[in-house]
Amino acid sequence: MSKFNKKKKGMAPINTASLPDIVFMLLFFFMVATTMRETTILVKNDIPTASEIKKLEEKRLVMTIYVGAAQDAETYGVGDKIQLNDKIATIRDVRNFIYMSRKKVPEDEQSYMTTLIKGDKESSVGTINDIKKELREVNALKVTYATRPAAQ
Amino acid sequence: MARRDSPEINAGSMADIAFLLLIFFLVTTTMDVDAGISRKLPEKQPENIDKPIVKERNVFEVIINRNDDLLIENEYYEVKDVKELAIAFIDNGGGKGNPMTAFNETEGAECSWCGGAKNPKSSDHPNKAVISLKTDRSTSYGMYIEVQNEIGAAYTFLRNRLAMDDYGVSYTDMVEQEGRGTSDPATMLKLTERIKIIKAKYPEIIAEISSN
Repeated sequence: MSKFNKKKKGMAPINTASLPDIVFMLLFFFMVATTMRETTILVKNDIPTASEIKKLEEKRLVMTIYVGAAQDAETYGVGDKIQLNDKIATIRDVRNFIYMSRKKVPEDEQSYMTTLIKGDKESSVGTINDIKKELREVNALKVTYATRPAAQ
Repeated sequence: MARRDSPEINAGSMADIAFLLLIFFLVTTTMDVDAGISRKLPEKQPENIDKPIVKERNVFEVIINRNDDLLIENEYYEVKDVKELAIAFIDNGGGKGNPMTAFNETEGAECSWCGGAKNPKSSDHPNKAVISLKTDRSTSYGMYIEVQNEIGAAYTFLRNRLAMDDYGVSYTDMVEQEGRGTSDPATMLKLTERIKIIKAKYPEIIAEISSN
């Protein structure tokens, strides 16, 4: 009987000592899983949708080239622009960009590197072809056209 | 006596601090994986190379003009028709193919796994069937990707069908499983081998031509 009486007297406080631990665990999970956006995109980037897509798992081995009209048309002018890293570049800079990106990864993994072309829907194929021509010159033959999965 | 008691740090706000950090990372995190259509560019060729001769019946000509109009084998079509036409062309199997080194063939053989119409005016063999994609400089990139996607879908359809017939698993599932990896090396080896065979039977041959 005494047991029943005890309960009625007052609620035992829930032990929250483990709460910080739980929260910290979640925190570490998100800290590890997070990838901060390293580059600010200076071009319009509405990528097309497609169904036959392949995921690029290894982020280190991906070199991203953005293509599209500049968001700030007053500074950069109209027409398709190529963005490498953080700035708008010209077609001549593509080779150097590939060389610099290759330097960042160990030599034995360089052959697995892929160039990801993030092209805006509205950009023209000519610009993309120019880039592809440059990529062939430096023997960076693996290319992925970035797309969004088609909604079904 | 008071000295012996170590003063207790109040850890009540610990959870609050951790929550704050947690929410910050929750908001800033982007877990999206980049995905897209993968293609391999042709290697750079020397200037004075002998151009390979490809019979006209083995070429499936797709042209996208500057107004994003689609012309397939000299007729107007829409994007949704590309897949079906490409399948019919690749899978035709109207003659003998190139000898396949993967199967130790010395002479070209007929395509035994094709289910096409065997039209003598269409392609001989999947390994001879070339899809030629001709674009203009001002073709829109969105349209180009749509067509590339449809061509890719045609190959995936054929590969899936072949894998289903031969191994009872779809090609897409096999590739997915290979990507995930398995603990058993023998299964993995078999899987890689099967994917290689399917790829050899329906190789993706896309020639891109850009006119200025």
